[in-house]
Amino acid sequence: MSKMMTYGEAIREAMSIRMREDPTVVLFGEDVGAFGGCFGVSAGMFDEFGPERVRDTPISEGAIIGCAVGSAATGLRPIAELMFNDFLTVGMDQLVNQAAKMRFMFGGKISMPMVVRLPAGAGTGGAAQHCQSLEAWLTHVPGLKVVYPSNAQDALGLMLTSIDDDNPVMFFENKCLYATKSEVTSFDPIPLGKGRIALEGEDLTIVTYGRQVYTALNAAKELAADGIKAEVIDIRSLFPLDKDIIRESLEKTNKVIIITEETKRGGYGGEISATIGEEMFDLLDAPIARIGSLDTPVPFAPNLEQYYMPNERDIVVAAKKMF
Amino acid sequence: MSISKEQMRDIYTRMCRIRAFETAAKDLFAEGKIYGFAHLYLGEEAIAPAVCECLRDDDFITSTHRGHGHIIAKDGDLNLMMAELFGRYTGYCKGKGGSMHIADRTKGILGANGIVGAGHCISCGAGLSIKIRGTDQVCVCFFGDGSTNQGTFHESLNMASIWKLPIVFVCENNHYGISMSQDRHQAIKDIADRGAAYNVPGVAVDGNDPVAVFEAAEEAVARARAGKGPTLIECKTYRQRGHFEGDPATYKPKEEQAAWMAKDPMPRFEKYLEENGVMTAEEIKAVKDGVAKQIEEAIAFADAQPYAPEESAVVDVYSDINAEVRER
Repeated sequence: MSKMMTYGEAIREAMSIRMREDPTVVLFGEDVGAFGGCFGVSAGMFDEFGPERVRDTPISEGAIIGCAVGSAATGLRPIAELMFNDFLTVGMDQLVNQAAKMRFMFGGKISMPMVVRLPAGAGTGGAAQHCQSLEAWLTHVPGLKVVYPSNAQDALGLMLTSIDDDNPVMFFENKCLYATKSEVTSFDPIPLGKGRIALEGEDLTIVTYGRQVYTALNAAKELAADGIKAEVIDIRSLFPLDKDIIRESLEKTNKVIIITEETKRGGYGGEISATIGEEMFDLLDAPIARIGSLDTPVPFAPNLEQYYMPNERDIVVAAKKMF
Repeated sequence: MSISKEQMRDIYTRMCRIRAFETAAKDLFAEGKIYGFAHLYLGEEAIAPAVCECLRDDDFITSTHRGHGHIIAKDGDLNLMMAELFGRYTGYCKGKGGSMHIADRTKGILGANGIVGAGHCISCGAGLSIKIRGTDQVCVCFFGDGSTNQGTFHESLNMASIWKLPIVFVCENNHYGISMSQDRHQAIKDIADRGAAYNVPGVAVDGNDPVAVFEAAEEAVARARAGKGPTLIECKTYRQRGHFEGDPATYKPKEEQAAWMAKDPMPRFEKYLEENGVMTAEEIKAVKDGVAKQIEEAIAFADAQPYAPEESAVVDVYSDINAEVRER
């Protein structure tokens, strides 16, 4: 069955599929109930599943994530929505010191099947406290898995897998992608740690995820006009990371550009770059290029916000230096 | 409802077990046999045993960095606890947790916790889980006075109140947040008063009197089990030792320490048990001797256990992914 679906609808569909099958799956967060979530992702779920399982919380991020930890340890499979990933800071202890570490600290004897949904990214005028891309922070914490889909099909399949996972999964959602439609052909789970070739090519590899997949695809079109065939790899999950798909691509292209939307310094692009440098250096015949947002808070004014974020030109310029 | 003689004997036995375990831990730490941190429950023994006397095996507790007493009160295995303190592979957490991170999911012990104030939020999750799964379990959240200044305390009381979660919040007010005395770290005397801000009934009791603690806990647990929501119980007690072993606790006035030592819950409860015909002096001695033997056995057990193989360090981070092994 093939269906056009928005990214937001796909996330809702996956959550609803699992909630219909399993009474221990619950969704809670700020305004996720009758209001339908700040971005409408859970619209209609309150009517289908009721106020117990699609539950509005007070504005208490520590308690929201703590509720996920405590309920995951005692028999539920909670999905906690943080309205913006920027609000993680308020509940960080529960995520970093509790959710991520409990299995290990307790010698493997406690399971932590929880998903934290994290709307992220710039491009909506939310400015410095509502538009960050904080995924790298979470990849630094052993015990967490980090997922970041770029389209409806992946959002659906990865959300199913994230709910099924017995570990805390940080599910990043790009706010600018919520309304974008794409084709969904499968309602099956997609394993974490398996990247996807978004575009095949043989001259240059562009490694990315989330919304920047589209920046890379647009740049690839421009490069194609100049005879450079770029391959675009959408890693889909940051941890676990599909190193094989990157290696196989580099075996063909021997050149790599990494583009992420996070501020560049300390970003996950650096981790990908280091991994390639350490493990695939022999495959390279040009220095790794790494593109991110400016190392500043996200500015408000539309022109500044656009200047802050990476775009196609950055990729094209970096690519041309390689040929 | 009033406390039975059998319940008092049971509470006393657990109090003895905690006193003996903690005294041994103190000595072992001083001898260098226990590594890391040891935050002892000495002086607070009347609380957790009296509260846990009101609980079933399938009820939950969340605990703190000062967690040994809670775990023993909820029937944690002494051998496995001691082996964990010794950092051994067959300890509760395979030597990965230590004193501050002992958990036993099969007994509803959701873990001691190294972060002050973390257990409050986790208890809300356990409470929510009970509600959604539709059981009549209860979760007791143990915490100290210091943690009531954390945002998590306030978030959790509020959340538990609006959702009528089956939680009993048990504040062990030992009058110190590390070196800061209660009158310096908050401008209230009774932490129980903070319940009013969230429409949660708050009651302050003598935390060195297990009967008083039991009576308050029994009512609160019944209330939680009946779906009527959380209660905040403040048990006023005293930390007889420093914050951790090695802390000389020079910030505690000598007269204050002496006054509280005179209210030590152990001799006090023993006197009560004898005077009220619950236990004879011989029976009390028999309990003490039995417990001493259990602790000796636990130490011997722990000392004989193997250390963890190094490669076990990469396991248990995830259910399905091991970290990379270090090759040397």
